Parts: sequence; C-alpha cells; structure tokens
Amino acid sequence: MSAGSGNKNTEPWGSFDDNLIQGSGSAVIDMENMDDTSGSSFEDMGELHQRMKEEEEVTEEAAATEDHEDGEFLGMKGLKGQLGRQVADEVWQAGKRQASRAFNLYANIDILRPYFDVEPVQVRSRLMESMIPVRMINFPQKIAGELYGPLMLVFTLVAILLHGMKTSDTIIREGTLMGTAIGTCFGYWLGVSSFIYFLAYLVNAQITMLQMLSLLGYGLFGHCVVLLVSYNIHFHFLFYVLWLLCGGLSTLRMVAALLSRTVGQTPRLLLCGTLSVLHMLFLLYLHFAYHKIVEGLLDSLEGPNMVPMQRVARDVPELTINATVRSLVPLLRAH
Amino acid sequence: MATAAEEEANRPFAGLSDVSISEDIPVEGDISVPVGPSARRDDEFSTLDEPVKETVLRDLRAVGKKFVHVLYPKRSTALLRDWDLWGPLLLCVTLALLLQGGAADSDYQGGPQFAEVFVIVWFGSIIITINSKLLGGTISFFQSLCVLGYCILPLTVAMAVCRIVLVAGSGSVSFAVRLVVVTASFGWSTFASTAFLADSQPANRKALVVYPVFLFYFVIGWMVLTFSPSQ
Repeated sequence: MSAGSGNKNTEPWGSFDDNLIQGSGSAVIDMENMDDTSGSSFEDMGELHQRMKEEEEVTEEAAATEDHEDGEFLGMKGLKGQLGRQVADEVWQAGKRQASRAFNLYANIDILRPYFDVEPVQVRSRLMESMIPVRMINFPQKIAGELYGPLMLVFTLVAILLHGMKTSDTIIREGTLMGTAIGTCFGYWLGVSSFIYFLAYLVNAQITMLQMLSLLGYGLFGHCVVLLVSYNIHFHFLFYVLWLLCGGLSTLRMVAALLSRTVGQTPRLLLCGTLSVLHMLFLLYLHFAYHKIVEGLLDSLEGPNMVPMQRVARDVPELTINATVRSLVPLLRAH
Repeated sequence: MATAAEEEANRPFAGLSDVSISEDIPVEGDISVPVGPSARRDDEFSTLDEPVKETVLRDLRAVGKKFVHVLYPKRSTALLRDWDLWGPLLLCVTLALLLQGGAADSDYQGGPQFAEVFVIVWFGSIIITINSKLLGGTISFFQSLCVLGYCILPLTVAMAVCRIVLVAGSGSVSFAVRLVVVTASFGWSTFASTAFLADSQPANRKALVVYPVFLFYFVIGWMVLTFSPSQ
C-alpha cells in the first residue's frame, strides 16, 4: 500500500512525509492526522494516483512525439509537444535575458550620476579658478572630479566655433559645419585627455582619468573667452595678447596641478610640456583654421570710414597692377 | 397578519415560482443581447475601425492644443501628461525645410542642410534630457523630448518671418528687424521650456538645467538669424 513511491525517510527520527502523504505500510486511517490540512490519507492517495496518471500521460506523449519525430520534425503536435514547449521556453529565456541586458545598459546612465552632482555656485567658482594658477606644487593639488562643467564648456566651444565659422564663410569640403565643430571640440577634449592620462600612467603621475577630463575641460574656459572675443573683434594683435594671457593662464593652472602630482624632473617636463604645447596650439588652430579674416570683404563693407592702419591692398587685379606699374615707373625712370 | 408577513417575505422570491426549467420546454429568445457598458468600452478603445480623417483630426487637435500651451506658457502639466512627438517632428521638418536653400556658391555648404537641422534638434534634445536626468530630474525621457520639441515653435515662426523679411531686402534694416525677431523668439522658447521643465528639478539646480537649454535654442536661433537666401 505504499503506492509504489520509494521510502523517503532520510531522518533518523522519521520524516514527516511518511504517514501523512504516502500512508505507507498501513491500510488504517491514522486518526491523529485527520485535522491536518493536507486532508485525509484517502485524498492523498487519490492525489498520488492522479500524479502517477499524469506522469504516465506525459511519458506517453513524449513517446508519441518521439515516434512522430522520425517522420516530421515538429509535425502536428510540434507546438504542443514537449519539444515545442522547450523551444518556447528557450525563446522566452533568451528574450528575457536580452531585455534585462538592455535595461542594465540603459540604467548604466546612473553610473555617471555622481559626476553631475554639483551646485551652480561650485561650477561658477571652478570656472573662475581655472584661470588662476596655484603655486603650490609640493603637495598634490585638489582637482574636482565632475563632468558637468567640462561638458557644458565643450558645448559652448562648439557653439562659439559655429558662430566663427558662419561669420567667416568657412568652406567645409567633406562633412558639415556642425559635424566638424563637434568633432573638433569633443575630439580634443577626449583625445588629449586620454593621451595625457596615458603619459601620466607611463610616468606614474597621481591623476585619474576623470580628474584629467575635468582639468582639461575647465581649461577650455580660457579658449571659449578668447575665441568669443576674437571672433567678434578682428584685431590680430588683440588675439595674440589674449592668446598669451588667457591661454597662458589656463595652461599654467593645468600645468601646476599636474606638476604637483608628478615626481621627477623628466616626467614633469614631458607631461607638462606636452600639455602646454597642445593646449596653446589648439587655441591657435581654432582661431586660424575656422575664422579666415576676409579682409577684402571688410574693406568693401566699411568703405572710406576705415582706420588707416587696417587698410589692406584690395584684391582687384587691375587696380593692383595699375598701382604697381605707377609706382614702378618712377623707380625705373630714376634709374 | 402572519400570512401577510409571510406573503411579504415570500414576495421577493415570488417571481421564481414562475420559472420552470423542464426538459420539454425549449429555451427561446435572443441570446445575443448586448452586455451593456463593456461593449461600449471596447468600441471606445478600438480606434482601428474609425475613418482615417477622424484619426488625423484627433491627432492634429492634440498637437494644436499643445501649440497653444507653448504660445501662452504657464505652469501646467498638460504638455507633460499626454506627451506626443508629432508636434516636434512637424516643427523640425518645417524648420529644416525653411532653412533649406541657404546662400552658397556650391550647393552643399553654406546653409545648414536638412539632415544637419534634424541632427541638431534631436541630438540636442536627447543630450539635454540626459543631462537633466543626471542632475536628478523627475521628468521622463520622452516627456522632456516632447517639451523641448514643442518649444521650437517660436523659432520656427521667427524663421518664417525672417524669410518674408528677406524677400523684401537684405540690408541692415532687415538685419536689425530679423535680429529683434529672433532674439525675442529665442527668449520666448527658453522661457516656455523652463516653465515646463523647471518644476521637475530641485530648486537650487535650476540654473544647471536652464543653461544647456539656453545654448540649444541659441544655436538654433543663430542658424535662423544667419540664414541668407541664395541669389
């Protein structure tokens, strides 16, 4: 009467399973267990019978599908059979896995959240400080690790570049104005940061990638100021002064921060030299590559009210030839 | 009295005595009675069978309502609650078409191309949205896209006005007029979008969210202002 299932008694004191469910070994109803929620042992026996019957059915079905498999792969019972169920299960699992992976990727935005945890006052003070070099180089200077300020500065630089390109009618052959501006600014920020970080890693300087990104990003504040001024006031001399002043100050600030975190003469020279050269040259490049001062155009727009110092020879061929001929003739005559 | 009470007690069940379910009386009648409110609910949600004109008009009406919200910006949640991206798409396409055909010797540079405007608008909006979410905003991704897109409306109107002004002439007077119009609409756009977005930010961080929005509309306004038609 033990209904065929094996003795599951693993505990020395006799597990609970025995008399309650299997009713093994006795045809007598155990009155002690009548108030048990699992019901009478008759019902349990009935349940056991039902379970056994279901198992038989399932094995029959499996056998039947296996028989059918010889003929056609999925056949009529494909979706309902065990194979179909397995396939459906696997598809569901794969789909779930992909969805959760995608969700984790999206939720990874939260990884950046602590770097954007700033107050407007902090951003303002850091902008101001980026133009003020700190002379303490024997102790590692504190570099704020945030990404909001640098990112906004890069976008501002993009906007200023666009403004400069527009007013100078820059000709872009392959690509668009917007693409070039974004590519240049982001490429500089990310590329030079990575490069300097790599050098710092080589010479064992104490700086992290985040700090480098932040430092260089804030160093672009000087660039933004210089370009904003020089794209609107077309004085070469003014640009050079600003280049030295603002560019120099922001470079000095970055260099001082790096110096304080590097040991040894050669590493310091290498790191700081590279950074200052790249930073200053970038400003020069931005001014000259994206802002052709079309002087002839300026002349024709402003007419006779120009300051004499700014007058440049016009590009009108006949006039120039005439002027040179006229000036050459008396010279020739003199000889 | 007792019988009356009994009768009263029995009256609620009086109708039941008429019911006789016996096998020789066939069941008659119409079984297909409409089941009242649930069928009507199904019809309301299934808009598949309605004529196309109704669908289009309904969407256009929703878009129009949101345009009105943008033109008179006040702190309302209507734009946020039922967001849609039809309006931004319409505005973006209109703006890109109007900016087409800018001055150039060659035809592939000079004015912003159609794709450029699209990229600027959509990627700019996405970046601003991500930025505002990273700063702790409570607005959802698509709601923010919706707001930023709808607030391009003043700049699109300014572009149309600029084009009309440019037909008249392109001297310094027209430049001054265009400058005023574009500046006003740029300010309006920024103000409108901050009216919707500002509530979703903690109080002291509003400036951090407003600045990228300012930059975004500044770039678009700059594109509108510097547009000059090809001769």
